Order: sequence, then C-alpha cells, then structure tokens
Amino acid sequence: MVKNYEDTAYVNMDLLRFTTAGSVDDGKSTLIGRLLYDSKSIFEDQLDAITLASKRRGEEHINLSLLTDGLKAEREQGITIDVAYRYFSTPKRKFIIADTPGHIQYTRNMVTGASTANLALILVDARNGVLEQTIRHAYIASLLRIPHIIFCINKMDLVDYKEERYLEICAHIQELVPKLALPDVNFIPVSALLGDNIIHKSKSMTWYHGETLLERLENTPVQKDHNQTDARFPVQYIIRPHSTEFHDYRGYAGRVAGGFFKTGDAVIAMASGLKSKIKTIEKDRTTVAIAHASESVAITLEDDIDISRGDMIVKCENVPNTNNETDAIICWFNVRPLQLSGKYLLKHTTHDVKCIIKEIQYKININSMEQLTSDKHIGMNDIARIRIKTTKPIFYDSYLTNRITGSFILIDEATNETMGAGMIQ
Amino acid sequence: MMNEFKITHLKELENEAIYIFREIAAQFERPTILFSGGKDSIVLVHLAVKAFYPANIPMPLMHIDTGHNFIETLDFRDELAKKINAQLIVKLVQDSIDKGRAVEEKGINASRNILQTITLLDAIEELKIDAAIGGGRRDEEKARAKERFFSHRDEFGQWDPKNQRPELWNIFNGKKNLGEHFRVFPISNWTELDIWQYIMLEKIDIPSIYYTHKREVFNRSGVWLANAPFMERKDGENIEIKDVRCRTIGDITCTGLTLSVAETIEDIVIEVAASRTTERGSRYDDKRSETAMEDRKKEGYF
Repeated sequence: MVKNYEDTAYVNMDLLRFTTAGSVDDGKSTLIGRLLYDSKSIFEDQLDAITLASKRRGEEHINLSLLTDGLKAEREQGITIDVAYRYFSTPKRKFIIADTPGHIQYTRNMVTGASTANLALILVDARNGVLEQTIRHAYIASLLRIPHIIFCINKMDLVDYKEERYLEICAHIQELVPKLALPDVNFIPVSALLGDNIIHKSKSMTWYHGETLLERLENTPVQKDHNQTDARFPVQYIIRPHSTEFHDYRGYAGRVAGGFFKTGDAVIAMASGLKSKIKTIEKDRTTVAIAHASESVAITLEDDIDISRGDMIVKCENVPNTNNETDAIICWFNVRPLQLSGKYLLKHTTHDVKCIIKEIQYKININSMEQLTSDKHIGMNDIARIRIKTTKPIFYDSYLTNRITGSFILIDEATNETMGAGMIQ
Repeated sequence: MMNEFKITHLKELENEAIYIFREIAAQFERPTILFSGGKDSIVLVHLAVKAFYPANIPMPLMHIDTGHNFIETLDFRDELAKKINAQLIVKLVQDSIDKGRAVEEKGINASRNILQTITLLDAIEELKIDAAIGGGRRDEEKARAKERFFSHRDEFGQWDPKNQRPELWNIFNGKKNLGEHFRVFPISNWTELDIWQYIMLEKIDIPSIYYTHKREVFNRSGVWLANAPFMERKDGENIEIKDVRCRTIGDITCTGLTLSVAETIEDIVIEVAASRTTERGSRYDDKRSETAMEDRKKEGYF
C-alpha cells in the first residue's frame, strides 16, 4: 500500500486560491470553520486552544473566528484586521483561503486578498438578501478580475429552506451580473451553521440539485485562469555561473507571465527592441522544450544582447503596449491621500520606474458603482480612475487581458510604504 | 497540447518559492538563508538551488546554534553546505551569553530558544544582512497566518503586525531604510504535509532523526523530551527507551518527540496526513502562553 503512494492523489492535486469577504454577521467565520472542520483540517490542539479561549471569554459556543483571527489585537477586539491565510485540502485539490474583513474600511484588505484569487466566495444572508456590502464585494471581485464567483445564500435554515426565497435572491443578483461583468457566476443555498450543502448535500433542500460548496470548489477549472495566448517573460534576475562547465552561460531568470515559450521561438527584448531566438529553457535543473504560464524558468538566447532586470522577453509577433502614459483604476491603501501631481515609485512586473499622477479622473462609489467626477479626494480605501505618466515607458497589457502584466503598485519614496495598487485599463 | 498542461499544487508552490528567491537576489544586497537543519530549511535550500541553477546559490547559509542540538543535524548541516558549495555561517548563542548580551534562563523549563533572537539580531547587524530568509509557514501558528512573504523589520528588528505593507499579485516591495531589514518567507503557503510530500517527490535527504529510532526519553506534561546531559529532570520524570522520531527539529530542550515507527518517507507522509495534532503541538516554546509566538515574533524571532 505504501509503495503505491505516489500513484495516489497527491501527485495530481492542483491548487485553488479563493477569497472570502464578509462580516461576522454573514456567518463567514462559521462557513470557513465548517469547511476546515468537516474536511478535517482543524487539528485537535487547535480546537482545544479555541475551546479554552472561548470559555475564558465567557462565550457559549466555540468561537470559530478565533481560528482565523490570529493577532492579539484582533482577538481582543473581536474583529479581523488583516488578511489571514488558511489552508485545507481534499484528495482532489489544495485550497488557500485569503480570509478578509468585509467592512468598507477594510476595502484595501479585500483588494489584497482578491489580487491572487482564482475564485471569490460571497456570502449573502438569506433573510436580508442583497445588501450594499454584497454589491461592494461583487464589485471588488469584478474589478480584480477574479475568474470565478460563488454566491453562497447562507442561513437558509432561518428562511425555512424555502426555494422561492433562494430564487428571488439569485434573480436579484443576476440583474447585477451584466453591470459587473462577472465571468463565471454560481449560486448555492447553504446553512453554514448546520452544514447544509457545504460538504454534505442538504436533506432539508431536496429541491436543490446542484453541487455542494465543496464540490464546486473542487470542480472549478483553474488551468485557463492564466492568459494562454500572449507570451510574456519579465526578467527577474540574470544567472551567470562563472564556472568552467557553464563558462559563457547567461540565463534570464523569470516566471512566465502569460502564454508559453518554446526553444527556437523568435523573441524580442523590451525595452531595447533587439531580436533573437530562444536557445535553451532551464527548469528544475534540466533543459526543457517549453515553458508555460506561471512556471519559473531560465531562458538563454542565441545572441548576446543586452538584457537586464525589468526588461521583458516577448514573441516577435505579439508584443505588449509600450507607453509612458496610461490610465488605471487604483485602490488607495494609506492614510495620506493620493496627491495630484505627486511623484511615486511605480513597481510593475520586475520593472521599477518613477511616475507622476497627471490626473484624477473620478472616484468610484463602491457601494453603487457610481462615478463621482466632482470628488477628487482619494483617501485610504478609496478607488479611483487616474492617469499616470512614467519617466520611462512601461511594457504592459490591460489588466483585463493579463492580471500580471496589467497590475502595478505605487511606493512612497520617502517612507518606502506601498501606497496603492493599480490596474491598467 | 496547451490544454493538457496542468500544474500540480506542489509545482505551483515550487514555482512561487523560486520566484520569491529570485526577487530576493535581485532586490537585496546581502541576503542570507537561516538554516536550522530542520526539514523546512532543507526544503528552502533545495528550492534555492533550483532557483539559481546552474550557478551556485548567491547567498550564504546561517545557523543560529543554541549549543543544544541533536548531533545528527549538525553533521547533516555541514555536509549539505559542502555539497551545494554554499558558505556556512554559524553563530553561537553561547557567545552571546559569554559576552553578557544574553542571560541564560534558569529552572526546569530553561531553554535557549528565546536567546536565539539576541544572537540572530546581533548577527544581522554585524554582517549587515538585509534579507534573512526563513522557512516559516503560515499554517504553523496563528500569528504566522498574517505574515507577509516580504516582512519588514525596523532598526530594532521588530515586527509591527498591525502596520504591515499590503502584498498584491506577485509584486513585492523590498524597499527599506538603512539599518532596517526584511524577513522573507518563500514557503509561506506550504503546509506541513506539502513539505513532506515534496521531500518524497523530490527525494530530498533529511537528517536520520526524522525517522524512527530508539532513544532515551522522559515525559513532561504529556510531551516526550530527549534525554541529554544539559536536560534537568523533575522527580518522577524517569528515563525510558522508546521508538520515537522528530516531527520538527528545534532546540533539543523544547522539541517534543513523536512516538512513531515510521521508517520511510512514505510512512511519514501517511503518518502526517492522518495526524490530528499540529506539529507545533509538541513544541514547548509555544505552550508558554496563547500569544507566545506573536510576542516572540514582534521582538525579532524567526
């Protein structure tokens, strides 16, 4: 049995990253607790520790939020301040949950959690239906281009498991879908507290024939979430061994940010514009014929051309945009507001470049998705559309076509803080 | 062909960690891998070797040595450094004690675990290390669940968990002022089981004490501790010989041993997959208080 272990699931398991947004009232912690507990991902000593802590706090039930709220301040105040990462797996898949607080003052945390997610889980209280915060969470998922969304209509037990109520809420959300440009939307009626349709099919909702939450999480396809067509290779680092065996070796190390590269491909190096062909691709201490999106490899070229960190290797027939002025949607993270005409360091793929804020076009009301053209004060947690000018051109795709080559952060050079995150339009 | 390509969870984690290593090499001047000889730091080194192949890894390994080690890990450490052509720096907690920088704990539960922080911070200052790369994982402990890949430390080496830089996509901000440094955790997203599966898949060598062996042990509050010359025992803590293995390796004074007959890496993977307690559940250093890890991390612990 032991000998066959390699043939079993784990060598074929893949990875899904998902984000959950919501407040304690939505039952979000209960839902995550339920997923972890029912998939046997909570350990006895963790359970003992939170059982004790709950008792000490005089709480009647085991407070599952204590599992995710790890910092002392969070436990004292009973709130989630930061993004917490949780892990669980089934024989099919490993899951990484970015658990974020859903309150408006934590928009920046939601954006952070959403930036790496393949899927967003949005909780709707069946009693309340679609609220302002439902729209806010869906809007952020749409803005960050999370490829898959699941709306969990929770607390079905409190509306007597009525199908009419579930359908009414789904219809309401469906109305919003075109406006939000959400790609793949799913609905599941659940009770996180009682475990209905989380891992086990609900006996109280026989009218529901769809998948349980865990089944949906396991079956959501993730292979195509990366851009598959536009080959992009931002150069991170130059590998030069200076050894006898690899005397003239000059490898460009990086992670494929879109499409794929093969040996012999005709490529062009941005910014120089010089052309060459791919000589070898190194991965895993060996030479391979192809490098796919998301793989960390090293590439060598036929010709000795000048390439350094911040440059991008692309295929000759498919080049990114090159410009020193661009429009972006930005989410602001810092208490010091965005400065019109302010100068920041812009970090885009592996490229650092100085920039200036040319124009603040409008602020977005994230509860109603309205554009506020008269409000140009962009403070912490605000989202706005701006125009940026960089000192040197950047090579980019729109965020819509590539989440890696279409995103950047802004850094304050005086404090080194990350001030905001941008998505190129 | 494109449609058939699928990245497994271990390869995805590997690609991510290699990406982080290359960012470290590109963004910092004096990065150093904190190497304990434990499984997480062994995997860390394995990933670093892959990241910079065919060149040698462009950073030294550093061991903060409490002097209270399982001897097997020290031999392993020296051999590994030699095998991959890496520079090995060893800093002794004993030196910090001799210089009066650190004061030895007293009593039955005395451990040099906390003293390591002093030696580590002194080494970071002395060697002007700007990125100390650790094998910390977010699944290990609740305070670690909020840790960033690139974790900023002020000039006192302290962590401010409430004021961390947001980390989005795969963009990492390693900017800092003089005297400050970063802790970087390339395997943040790995779980204990991922580590073991990866060791099995990649056939990575690990110290023998991870496998079952007979050892003199005694039981303290339900935790099996190894008998060693500097270990004080209370009345009633009698030496027994048991089949044990290490689930984690730390300072011998606070590393609990697991009763186990796991002889092979496959046995270990099956044992870990079936385990109902976390690996830190047997670590005495975490049992001191509910926020023991957060408190130590704020001060500059690993």
